[in-house]
Amino acid sequence: MNDQQAEAIDFGELVQSDRVHTSLYRDPAIFDEEMERIFKNTWVWVGHTSEIPIKNSFVKSWVGDKPVIVTRDKEMKVHVLLNRCRHRAASICEQKSGKTSVFVCPYHGWSYALDGKLRAVPHSKVYGEDFDKEEFPLISLRTEIYNGMIFATFRDDIEPLDDFLGPAKKWIDLFMKQGAGYPVKVLGEHQFTFDGNWKIQLENTTDAYHFPIVHKTFLDSLDSETTNIFDVLGQGGWLEDLGNGHSVMVMIPDLVDLDENLDAPIPERFEALAQELREEGHDEDKVRRMVRAVGGGGFNLNLFPNVACSMAFFRVLRPVKVDQTEIRHIAIGMDGGPDAANRVRLRLHEHFQGPMGFGSPDDAEGWERVQRGSAAGDDLWILVNRGEQPLEGHAAGEHVTDVSAETGMRAAYDMWKKVMTA
Amino acid sequence: MEKTATNAISLDEAIRFIWREAELLDTQDYAQWLDLWTPEGLYIIPIDRDGDARIDQLNVAYDDAEMRAARTKRLKSGFSMSSAPSARTVRLVSRFVEEAGDDGSLTVRAAQQVVEYKFNRTRLLGADVTYRLVRDGDRLRLDHKEIRLLNSDDSLWGIGYLL
Repeated sequence: MNDQQAEAIDFGELVQSDRVHTSLYRDPAIFDEEMERIFKNTWVWVGHTSEIPIKNSFVKSWVGDKPVIVTRDKEMKVHVLLNRCRHRAASICEQKSGKTSVFVCPYHGWSYALDGKLRAVPHSKVYGEDFDKEEFPLISLRTEIYNGMIFATFRDDIEPLDDFLGPAKKWIDLFMKQGAGYPVKVLGEHQFTFDGNWKIQLENTTDAYHFPIVHKTFLDSLDSETTNIFDVLGQGGWLEDLGNGHSVMVMIPDLVDLDENLDAPIPERFEALAQELREEGHDEDKVRRMVRAVGGGGFNLNLFPNVACSMAFFRVLRPVKVDQTEIRHIAIGMDGGPDAANRVRLRLHEHFQGPMGFGSPDDAEGWERVQRGSAAGDDLWILVNRGEQPLEGHAAGEHVTDVSAETGMRAAYDMWKKVMTA
Repeated sequence: MEKTATNAISLDEAIRFIWREAELLDTQDYAQWLDLWTPEGLYIIPIDRDGDARIDQLNVAYDDAEMRAARTKRLKSGFSMSSAPSARTVRLVSRFVEEAGDDGSLTVRAAQQVVEYKFNRTRLLGADVTYRLVRDGDRLRLDHKEIRLLNSDDSLWGIGYLL
């Protein structure tokens, strides 16, 4: 898109306090501008430190539509590098993750260290004596880490990650308690694409309203005790705008802090696990801590623009096209924790998440239905006006709204508007 | 010795069983499909094509009898947006190779292509499939089925039927 076209769109008009315009899902020109104005101007989640646990390890990722490699160099420093040779632009890494001391471009053999430095250029004499390898490292993005979550940005002059996250940091810390005393570790991931705009997924992570409708068959597959736990609208939960487009949706207040209520009875579905852990010799306190943490926390933390700490896993979105988005559901567990407990986490993740989970396919179908339906009426608006009034006298504070409110969507679209009109 | 000869499963018998299973899945006759299984049988769709410790890895599906029953109930419930309706499927299973057999069991490797269609969109899923069949009286039962999709470690999509 050229500058004239971009200037013709009044981004500020397209997002109102209670509604957003349908063109936000459908207009390719808006999508192109989002890739520039949002994904090249803010902190974007690229990975978890456990994905690059040792020196010289790497994992591929994305910043918006830009392919990157997240690396840990031989000094254990983390880098986020554009996956593009400085010579003629070939991608230098097509392996998802692994260990190497050097990336060699397959086209002409330029080789780079994991900190991005250009190490060697075949037949370099032909370039002449003034050729300086130091001028052509892989492009390295500014990278900062909070509690294991790695973020990168194209901008050297925006606020530190700590400030960008702000009040969300408290919720990240709570989320990581599901390590139950062990470091949190990525155990694997489900990936699927859906034919719909990325913001439909951004909205969904902060949408409790759909849960009992879309996920009826998941709920029906649970025992009655667990069905009650997943009564996400009926437990006094809340939604809170955390600033900078972030929000938290508390669905199960009892599971906000996994270090609390360790004396509560062990749920029937985890009794076998508890017994197995006792037989392995773990003391009762530790058993209770692990069992309480094994199903994850009671909230979704939605971080603008591309990641959520969603109850028991990371949910990551990647915009592909205006009407196509890739989703990753990254399973996490206890690094060094008992196999029995991590197996339960894996089976729980498979139960709901992924291309054949009891939940995700119905979510994906719903999101595609939004994209299909939005074709009917380009002049219409998407409503995000549910639950605008704060709850009166709620224990979480004066400013929180109902758990099924669209407060998180309004928070994200406020940020969208701020960044798109900056 | 005679008993061994009687219980052995021929490749021809195995292929007929596998084709019948394929038809039950395309016609979504899940009650009949559940009945094909041994109680201990596992239905697995791994993500890692090369691994073998499926229990300690994340899979697309890792179903024992209870999960198979829950999954088929869900798919036929009418309340799952992705399977009401589900995509229509037609599958071909071929390239059969005997792997290992003993008295009363046979493991077979095969290739599978599933074509799915829903809402103006036709898509293809290729896979290597391993079946372990066991003799149970006058019939065979499915004791293990592992479907290694070609693109299992890449992006898939919501799949509202069984592979």
